[in-house]
Amino acid sequence: MSLTHYLIVGAILFAISVVGIVVNRKNVITLLMCIELMLLAVNTNFIAFSRYLDDATGQIFVFFILTVAAAEAAIGLAILVVLFRTHRNIEIDKLEELKG
Amino acid sequence: MDINLVAVASQALNQVSHDFWPIMPELFLLTAASIVLILDVFSTDLDRKLTYNLSQFILLVTGIMIVFQFPSSQDFLYHRHFIHDPLSATLKISMVVLTGIALMFARPYILQRRILRGEYYLLHLFALLGMMLLVSGSSLLSLYLGLELMSLCLYALVAMNRREKLSAEAAVKYFVMGAIASGFILYGISFVYGVTGKIHVADIAAFLNDNEASLTLRFALVFIVTGLAFKFGAVPFQMWVPDVYHGAPTSTTVFLASAPKVAAFGLAIRILVFGFAGALIDWQSLLIILAVLSMVVGNLVALAQTNIKRLLAYSAIAHIGYFLLGFIAGNTQGYTASLFYILTYAITSLGGFGCLIYMAKGQQEVSQIDDLKGLGQRNPWAGLLVSFLFLSMAGLPPFVGFWAKLEVIKAVLNVDGLIWLALVAAFMSIIGLFYYLKVVKVIFFDKAENDTRIRAERSLRLGLGITSISVIALGLFPSQLLEFCKQAFQYI
Repeated sequence: MSLTHYLIVGAILFAISVVGIVVNRKNVITLLMCIELMLLAVNTNFIAFSRYLDDATGQIFVFFILTVAAAEAAIGLAILVVLFRTHRNIEIDKLEELKG
Repeated sequence: MDINLVAVASQALNQVSHDFWPIMPELFLLTAASIVLILDVFSTDLDRKLTYNLSQFILLVTGIMIVFQFPSSQDFLYHRHFIHDPLSATLKISMVVLTGIALMFARPYILQRRILRGEYYLLHLFALLGMMLLVSGSSLLSLYLGLELMSLCLYALVAMNRREKLSAEAAVKYFVMGAIASGFILYGISFVYGVTGKIHVADIAAFLNDNEASLTLRFALVFIVTGLAFKFGAVPFQMWVPDVYHGAPTSTTVFLASAPKVAAFGLAIRILVFGFAGALIDWQSLLIILAVLSMVVGNLVALAQTNIKRLLAYSAIAHIGYFLLGFIAGNTQGYTASLFYILTYAITSLGGFGCLIYMAKGQQEVSQIDDLKGLGQRNPWAGLLVSFLFLSMAGLPPFVGFWAKLEVIKAVLNVDGLIWLALVAAFMSIIGLFYYLKVVKVIFFDKAENDTRIRAERSLRLGLGITSISVIALGLFPSQLLEFCKQAFQYI
């Protein structure tokens, strides 16, 4: 497996997550999963590059991204709870009060 | 054995040991905010007066520290992850001041609502910490961490009004858009790392000096600029701005529209100018598209708004367009103009949203432009101060917004082949005049529906006074601030 293969996997993961965010009209939890997937695509890239360049910086960067991703998921889920309490559902189509 | 260990440890310490003075404001802010967080847990006071006063005190001390350690040179510290230069100090001082005024506006607003009070102030402090680390980050890692610390606090601040439907909806939108933006920036960063093998902006600049920007690097740059555009709220990545500004508690909107914009300027300067100066032509063309679209869409859509918060949001989008002109010029004059623009805009929008809190009666909020009717009769002074702010946003002399627009347009005019861009900017600001003057007209010439005088808290009057007076004072004497901005860029 060469560097290119890993980069293609990363690109596919990234594309899936972006398409998932754009296409998904159902559920906010799916959105959160797509965001996590996006960060994992980045992590794949970093690790592949780090191995290819034989340099540890990329792997250290991944640790930081993982930590931030955990914090981000926590805040995202907290906002989701707030959303459910006020709206009684978490469907994206129902989020339409703000527009114009 | 023991002595050996001690010797090794002290040697290691000597190697690592740095002067902690340059990072002192951040360390102090972090420690003090954490202490107040613990104090707040044990506080029984429902109004959280102590937490508020301590927060303001912390801001004051942090500001004084930054002034005292104002650097006269550019230093890369702590394994070159931290940069200590006049630019970062300038941005930090302005962000501390903006946060302080935002808290003054926030206090009376949240007292009347069921918002968690202690946490509200502390989230401002932690967001400020993120912004301060962001503007003095000199590697892609520290920039990313600062950006996330800021953004995570802002997501929570938007969702703070927990029983309000609009607030929850705005928080979800802001969170998703912000997370996508971070994802884009990170994806770009990963390719930059892959191509150059470095994450320090100085190393990237050195790499671009020796090598041509490869296709992969330009590809990465597109992702980074896209992420930045999301954070700035530039068209075509602006869809979250009106919704979030509208749905968030007004006190949060006040903050959101001021200090984070200055921080985003810092991020853009560090990445694009300090890192990618060698690829100037590549990001310049991207920014031209963003700037033109932002000016056109922002101004035209603002014309159709009846909700004042949305009107200000679209005007914010338009202002980001003007602000990007300075970057497009791609020289020190342009960056100075951009810095001047974003600082003055931050003050103006702070007052612009703050006046909505000023006019709110209890729980009832000002949402429509028509709610401003007859403010000039009911409260002549307040009407005058508010119209100063709107006239400054419109860019009329003698207010500071005029000088800001003049500077960015002058910067673009000095670049060959971009005269059309200056013309677009001038033309769109004439269109912008229309809706700002509409607000001023409503304030002074429409009949009031009720004659009750506004009785606002002292801190609101003070906040509105400071922002509005500084708009006119800086407009009459702009050279001081301009000089201040110029010396921030002496090391580029």
